[in-house]
Amino acid sequence: MCTYLTEKIEVAGSGKGAAGWFTVTDATVYFDHPQHAPAEHTLNIDFLNPAGGPSARVAVELTAESARALAKAIEATLDSAPSGLI
Amino acid sequence: MSNEALTAETISITGHDGHEIEAYLARPLGTDSFGSVVVIHHMPGYDPPSKEITRTFAANGYAALMPNLHHRDAPGASPDDAAAAVRAKGGVPDERFLGDVSGAADYLRALDGSNGKVGVIGYCSGGRQSFLAACSLQLDAAVDCYGAFVVSTPTAELPLKVGPIAHLAGNLSCPLLGLFGAEDKYPAPDEVEELAKILTEAGKEHEFHVYDGAGHAFFSVNRPAYRAEAANDGWQRIFDFYGRYLAG
Repeated sequence: MCTYLTEKIEVAGSGKGAAGWFTVTDATVYFDHPQHAPAEHTLNIDFLNPAGGPSARVAVELTAESARALAKAIEATLDSAPSGLI
Repeated sequence: MSNEALTAETISITGHDGHEIEAYLARPLGTDSFGSVVVIHHMPGYDPPSKEITRTFAANGYAALMPNLHHRDAPGASPDDAAAAVRAKGGVPDERFLGDVSGAADYLRALDGSNGKVGVIGYCSGGRQSFLAACSLQLDAAVDCYGAFVVSTPTAELPLKVGPIAHLAGNLSCPLLGLFGAEDKYPAPDEVEELAKILTEAGKEHEFHVYDGAGHAFFSVNRPAYRAEAANDGWQRIFDFYGRYLAG
């Protein structure tokens, strides 16, 4: 099914796309059909710079289980970063 | 007997509001007279598997034309990037879609060898759009492959900016073939039943098949959703249907 469920957030950072590094300003997170991953539905994240056009995109498609593991890893990494660095 | 020769290429057609958009044309060679099909790609975009579907119609004796419904949003971008951009905007606007399909149908009718008959087929979001086209344009046969939100409304948390269109059923201009998966949730089987009931009450010719063991996107050969049994039977029904209403 096409779920269309989407979270949109503003982010600050950089991503490396097909044409090299670019500034990332936005991210969308959605659970829907993947383009490439061998699963019927995946947790998809697009890191975007809309000002750079549709091709300014870094895309990942993760199984639900691995996406949750990634989210935990991100939180754990940030929690364990030395104080003063964040 | 057909020699199965065909030609396929990317062309430019005049779409909604007179804008030129990209489209993929496949047509049979060595045939004096043929029917035509407008192919409406799925939400993942104007991608290689959708072009393969378009060529399949040409291999079976039909001219087929697939407009790139995402062209304006992302000219020159890869199909997946374009689809992501359109998805973030809530999908293709219905009015623009209809203008693009109308332009595609006009192009097909003007082809040398066209018998003047034009059908439409759409997959996923294109299934809803196929129904919309058949209720809005003068066509000869329409196929809806698992289109959602024909009867139901997207829930508030979904960014999809389309509404139900079942109320247009009385305007359906041609016979409708519907192919659905029993395990699909969008559209769920009860939505399919509701649409069939609405069409029956409106006195509109339709033929629906709901396949057990299949969910959404069972025609997609490059995805885990592919279900060979449903897809094989579905293709047979499509060509039987078009054979009755479009051929020769």
